[in-house]
This record gives sequence, structure tokens and C-alpha cells, in this order.
Amino acid sequence: MTRRRMFFKMVMSSLIRRRSRMLVALLAVTIGATVFLGMASVYYDIPQQMGREMRAYGANMVLVPSGSEGLLALDEAAKAEASVPQGKLVGATPFRYETMYYHLQGLTVVGTNMDNVRKTSPYWQIQGDWPQREMEVMVGTDISENARLYSGSSFEMEIVQADGKREKKEFRVSGVVRSGGPEDGFVLMPLALMEKLAGNEGKASIVEMSIAGNSAELESLAEKIQHEVPAVTPRLVKRIMNSEASVLGKLQVLVYLVTAIVLFLTMIGVGTTMMTVVMERRKEIGLKKAIGAENRSIVGEFLGESLALAIVGGILGIFGGYFFSQAVSMSVFGRSVSMHVPIVLLTMVTSLAVTVLASLMPVLRATDVEPSIVLRGE
Amino acid sequence: MANILELQDVCMTFGQVKALQDINLSVREGEWVAIMGSSGSGKTTMMNIIGCMNKATSGTVILDGEKISRLNAKDLTAIRRDKIGLIFQQFFLISYLTAVENIMVAQYYHSMADEQEALEALERVGLGHRARHLPRQLSGGEQQRLCIARALINHPKIILADEPTGNLDEANQNAVMDIFHQLHKQGSTIIVVTHSPDVGSHADRIVRLEFGHMVSDGEKKA
Repeated sequence: MTRRRMFFKMVMSSLIRRRSRMLVALLAVTIGATVFLGMASVYYDIPQQMGREMRAYGANMVLVPSGSEGLLALDEAAKAEASVPQGKLVGATPFRYETMYYHLQGLTVVGTNMDNVRKTSPYWQIQGDWPQREMEVMVGTDISENARLYSGSSFEMEIVQADGKREKKEFRVSGVVRSGGPEDGFVLMPLALMEKLAGNEGKASIVEMSIAGNSAELESLAEKIQHEVPAVTPRLVKRIMNSEASVLGKLQVLVYLVTAIVLFLTMIGVGTTMMTVVMERRKEIGLKKAIGAENRSIVGEFLGESLALAIVGGILGIFGGYFFSQAVSMSVFGRSVSMHVPIVLLTMVTSLAVTVLASLMPVLRATDVEPSIVLRGE
Repeated sequence: MANILELQDVCMTFGQVKALQDINLSVREGEWVAIMGSSGSGKTTMMNIIGCMNKATSGTVILDGEKISRLNAKDLTAIRRDKIGLIFQQFFLISYLTAVENIMVAQYYHSMADEQEALEALERVGLGHRARHLPRQLSGGEQQRLCIARALINHPKIILADEPTGNLDEANQNAVMDIFHQLHKQGSTIIVVTHSPDVGSHADRIVRLEFGHMVSDGEKKA
């Protein structure tokens, strides 16, 4: 039998045949690895999850046309969107603002992607419905009150086309919007309808983007877009960005703290168990030394047991952590998180490092045991 | 026969306590020596020194021609591994390893674990059928025979036994003594530390200790 096989046999026999004691240490490693992987997965996904949450409060980057151009080509905006790293772009919505006239009074009409807005502005209160049919629009609550336009009402607006020609069109109110923001004073219609009525297809006044990332990343991205797509000027919405960064920062600190505390407790759990194991096995250590084991053999065997614990505990913790992170993410963000290979590897390495580190002191204590302990009277 | 072990003016003190004083002893190769004395006479201390588990405070210890009294801990470990076979009163077997694995551990620390050789060693002490049993599944006598098989596996120069029958009934004591007689016939050097006159009577020579002094050293009367 090779020395390696004998070493493996000794380590495994010790763990399996003395499992009641080692289960305590295994449990500590498993819990540590579970919480580590769970927290690391949540930490990894927080910026994206938070980005989605923060989108409800508005975009954190707005694309406007460069120079004196009144409108921004959506092709150029698409290039800017392509500059955003994969997985970081939570959403991008074009907005086009035009003035149309109702009984000679100018109204701000917003053309946008209704499906996107519906997702990004879940807090809007709609009396009636979103536009679904041809010539259907929504009106803000202020306009509704002033002009007595309600869900189902029909009204005419005069449109000034790109060539200066004026044309009256009849619209139907599908719903009344109450947002508590500027939308209360706007008429909202699908961008396609606006392009059909006012011309200038494939253009928007602005494109609002919601991007997952911290302030530094967003600033760097803005510079990149500015450089790569000169027709577009990116502007950061500091209020949203700073709020997001602040919440994100606090959440990440919380994750750091919880993870650090759990790893520390794991070390204490493993270290205490290993210390007890060493104390219980003093006579065995003495015997091994008496029959010729060198200190490095004793250290090797105990570290072998620790490594085996770390590997088994790490693997169990990876599965446990996956379910833990799913539970946390579902309950906090209402979304699932995916398993990331780097986090799995990091969990395994951390599990090994923490277990070996925690075992080091007890294992070194084992070398202090005198072989004469095995003799009568010692 | 040449001397395998020599103790020259060996003293051992623990603080103010003089556990051994001016011990001079020579053991020839193939000799069976019993070290006897009452509790506190210094038997265990002497065995610790001969077994390279403690260093004498002063004096010289020569084992197999090598002066071991001033060796460091690592070298003493090597001497224990290569030249001494230890047998203990309380057996001291590794609880989570089977009988054959307990023998293989001694091989592993010495050089290479050889299961076949370990099984043969078990056969020699009449435990071939118990090879896959854990120590707790063996009787006291079987555990002591296993301990003897482990002590012999690396072909030591000296077999050092500390009260080898202290925990055994008469039948098992006789079985162990029979094994010692076989080893003695084969030329092994045996040093037995005991307070039992019965066990001591099997030896060629009895050394008596009292309060750390060697009070007698003589061939057993026929």
C-alpha cells in the first residue's frame, strides 16, 4: 500500500468512525459555506437587482442629442446602448416631446414606448386603460380636470407637422394618468402614432436608460458613450444615481458584515471543535509519536482531516448556499439569482482557507504532546 | 554477545525530586531483562529513558552502539521508530483503525505500509481471524497480542514492555508470556518493566530499583 493510500485511509477512518464529534465541525463549515455563497450570490446580483428596483424611480442616465439638433436618431441611441456592458442595461425608453394644440392651447404631448413605460412606472395610477387601439392616448390628471376629458372621451388636437402644415386629428382618451409628476400635465401616446402624425420617424427627444452600476462605473460609461457615439450626449441623473449608490453601498456593507461575522463564527466553531478533538486524542498523538511519527506526520494527518471537512462542508454549503440565496433574493427582490462559477470556486477556496486557518492552532498544539504520555503514571 | 544497551551513571531529576540516581546497566543482545520495583521506584522513568521518550538529566545512554543521551527530539523519534518496539500496559491502540490497520500504522511511520506482512504478524500472535476487527471488538488479551504484533512489525533491536500483563487475566498473561518466550528463543532482546514477581520470573535477569537506586542486578536463580 502506498504511503498516500495509507494516509488517506487513516484520515477517512478517523472522520467516518468518529463521526459524532466531526459532525459538529462539519456543520460549522457547511453553515459558513452556505451563508458565504448565499451572501456572495446576493452581493453579486444586488447591483442588477437594485437597478431594476431603482428603475421604478426613474432612469439614471439620459441620452440627449449633441449640439443644436432638436431630435436624437434612435439608431445613434442604439449604438450608445450597445456600449453598455452585457447584463448591465436594465432598460432604455425613448421619449419624444411635441407641442399640439387643443382649442388653441398648447399641450405637451409625449410619444414613448408604452410597454416599457408600463413596466418602469408601476406606480402610475390609471383610470381606464393603456392605449391599445389606433388614435388612443392617455391624458394627465391635470389636463383631464381642466379640459374635462375622461376615459372614453373624444377630442381634437391640431398638429404642426415638420413642414409647418397644420392638421386636426381626433383622439380617444383610453385612460387618465395620475403620477404625481410632470406626466399629470402631459398627453401620452405611443411613439409610433406620434411618428405617423408629426413625421421624423426613428427619432426621439431623449432616451432614458437604467443601468446597473455604481457612480464610478456610470461616469466611466458616460465618457465611453460620449467618445464612441458623438451624436449623443449622455447625462447622468445624479439624484437617482446617488440614491442608488447610497442604498447599494449600505446593502453591500451589510452583506460584508454578515459574511465576515459568519466566517469568524465558523472559524471559532471549527477551531473549538478541533481543539477538543486534539485534547481528546492526546494519548493517540502520544502513541503515534512513541511508535515513531514525526511532528510533520501528526500535523499532516490533522490538516488532512481539516481539508476533508472543508471539502465536504464546502460542497454541502454550495448546495445549501444556492437555496439560501434563492430564498433571500425571492423574498427581498422577488427574483431568482443564478449560480455563478467564480462564486462557487471562491466559496470552496474560502471554505478550505477558513477551516485550515481555524485548525492551525489546535493542530500545532498537537505537536506539543509528549510521547511519554502513553506510559503508565504519565 | 555484544551489549545492545548501556546506561552509564544515568541520573534523572524532576525539580527537587531525584527519580533515578547513578544507574549503570548493560544489556546484551538477545537477553531478557526484567526491571522490577515498587511504585515510585523509578521504573517508568527508566523505561522512558531507554525508550527514547525522555532524556536523562546526566549520564550516558548507548543503544545499539549509538550514544542517544544527547540526541534531539527528531533523532530520538527516528531511534524509537527504527530500533525500539514498545508494548504498553493499557495497549494504546488507535480506536478507529482495525487490527491490521493498527499494525500498518507502525509500518507507515517506519517506511511503507504492507498489508500482507501485517496480516502475517497478526497470524503469528494468533489474531489472523481478527484482522478486520476494531480494538473495541477485541478482548484485553487480544488487544495486548495486537500491541505485541505492532511492536515487532519493524524488526526492532529491543522490545520494551511496560507492565505487559498488568491488565490481563491469568490465561491471557500466560499467552503473552508464551509469545515473549518464542521471541526470546528467536534471539530478540526483551526488557520488561514490571512489579509482578511472576512476570519477572520469566526473565534471564532481574534488575531491582528502589527510590531511584539500582539495588540489585543479577541472573535469575535456576
